[in-house]
Amino acid sequence: MLKSQSLATRLPTTKQLLGYMPRYIISGVVALVVLIPLVTAVLGGFKTSGELQNDPFGLPKSFAGPNYTSILTGKTFWGQILNSTIVMVATVTLIILISSMAAFIFARLTFPGREIIFNFFVLGTLFPLTVAVLPLYITLRQSNLLDNLLGIILPQVAFSLPVAIFILRGFFRTIPVELEDAAYIDGCTTFGFFWRILLPLSRPALATIGVLNLVGSWNNFLLPLLVLNKEDLWTLPMGVMQYQGQYGSDWAAVMAFVTLSMVPAIIFYFLAERQLVAGLTAGAVKG
Amino acid sequence: MQLSSETKIKSVAQPAQRRRKYAKLLTILLFLAPAAVIYIYFVIFPVVQSIYYSLYKWNGLGPITNFIGLDNYTKALGDKTFTTALSHNLLIAVLSIFIQLPLSLMLALLVARHMPGRSIFRMIFFLPYVLSDVTTGVIWSFVYKPEGGLINSAISSLNLGEPQAWLGNTDLALFAVFVVMCWKYFGFHLILYVAGLQQIPADLEEAAKIDGASTLQVLRHITIPLLGSTIRISIFLSILGSLQYFDLIWVMTNGGPVGASETMATYMIKNGFQRFQLGYGSAVGVILFSLCFIFSIAYQRVVLRRDLAGSGALT
Repeated sequence: MLKSQSLATRLPTTKQLLGYMPRYIISGVVALVVLIPLVTAVLGGFKTSGELQNDPFGLPKSFAGPNYTSILTGKTFWGQILNSTIVMVATVTLIILISSMAAFIFARLTFPGREIIFNFFVLGTLFPLTVAVLPLYITLRQSNLLDNLLGIILPQVAFSLPVAIFILRGFFRTIPVELEDAAYIDGCTTFGFFWRILLPLSRPALATIGVLNLVGSWNNFLLPLLVLNKEDLWTLPMGVMQYQGQYGSDWAAVMAFVTLSMVPAIIFYFLAERQLVAGLTAGAVKG
Repeated sequence: MQLSSETKIKSVAQPAQRRRKYAKLLTILLFLAPAAVIYIYFVIFPVVQSIYYSLYKWNGLGPITNFIGLDNYTKALGDKTFTTALSHNLLIAVLSIFIQLPLSLMLALLVARHMPGRSIFRMIFFLPYVLSDVTTGVIWSFVYKPEGGLINSAISSLNLGEPQAWLGNTDLALFAVFVVMCWKYFGFHLILYVAGLQQIPADLEEAAKIDGASTLQVLRHITIPLLGSTIRISIFLSILGSLQYFDLIWVMTNGGPVGASETMATYMIKNGFQRFQLGYGSAVGVILFSLCFIFSIAYQRVVLRRDLAGSGALT
């Protein structure tokens, strides 16, 4: 180990690679456990139900199976993708905007009661959506937000604000006061400083918040389950659930639908793995 | 900062100062208003209301008139289904701490440094985390399917024993779901550990090795203690998550068979929405919430005290 480190710049020798063998074997086995269910789902989508039943592990006889094409040419799947996208984009935009405005006040202005109000917001990190979901449902019903995408978006924003405000306030505080003074001397308004200087400088922190909530929104299930009755408003997780209920015996079709539902998440994962990891680490440590 | 400079020139520019003071107040109000409105309306208000609803017998539709005091609470605590659900939550928490987290830590140690190809492994391990619980639940329902499912097919073709109805057996269902939770979430804890490990200076471990410490000794006396704060946080998140667990169970077993995998959250949703006992469901929610709340506060005060001292999270 010591050796490998001092030679880190060079490629590892065969001997060193052999030394890593136990690690590769363990990691490899775990990687297989992770991947096998996913790969079977992808391949399963190409099979017929009988094929899947008799030979779940094998390759499909033909990759021209009708399951994928029938889902992709239908309206349901695309409608659900659209709904999920609307909810996600609106949630992320609102969270970033609203939490950065609040965090700006908490980070950059001094006024009596600031810490109390800030702590009032941070208290929300202790209220997960699950525990408040019944009264939240009543609130949404009273506000005519059932069967309305806003009934998903606004609560998602509300329950994500505490962590977002907390992380952003920490970040905003690291931006030097001199910069702010200079901006004001140059005639910048408070809003101008916030919008033109603070936000652009905080891109990494905003990306963190954005990516975290993007995944959370895309995968949210409990709220849509309770709020959305109308099928044409359903988001993707609702669609998957319903598809399984409806075609439960035709597992090949279900696998095709599940596979297609994974595609956006996986593409996103490969594009933004770094931000996601950074965001989760920051969110966990600070939240 | 602005204020202090303003007070100095108080005598010269009183009206201007007052105007600026109002401008500042206005800024504060405008910038805080959206967050405050949404947060109070959708978070604080429902949480407070759930306490109110929990004191009534209410089906969620008619007027709330039937005040029954704490009856909903005594009913819940006396209901075997609820206490069993609570015990399932606790069991999941214990299993997570003693199986999932050590497993994640071990793998994190393997893929944190040195090993060529480590980033590919990390990427694979973390992949399930980005999938939705519904997707995961449906895929694993197939894995566990009694006939033609992945596990039973593997068992019968390799002659490894009796095929099982993994999700349909009261003794197995909860553990089967727990395996899926591990599958989905171990990568998350692994990522936390990897980040923690990267904070530990390599020189420290190297120095110990030069002094003749074995790999295990280094692990026990240097790496693990230095990773302490990360481990404590991952235990915290793991317990909180276990207390509120809902999605995967709803998709895979719906709490069944015969309540064998019921959790507090599935019990709450069933009573609140399917049996139209909103008052009762709210009481269950308040109990669930109190447990999370008390645990969070206690854990933060006692266990995380040192870790948070620097970050100002307790102030």
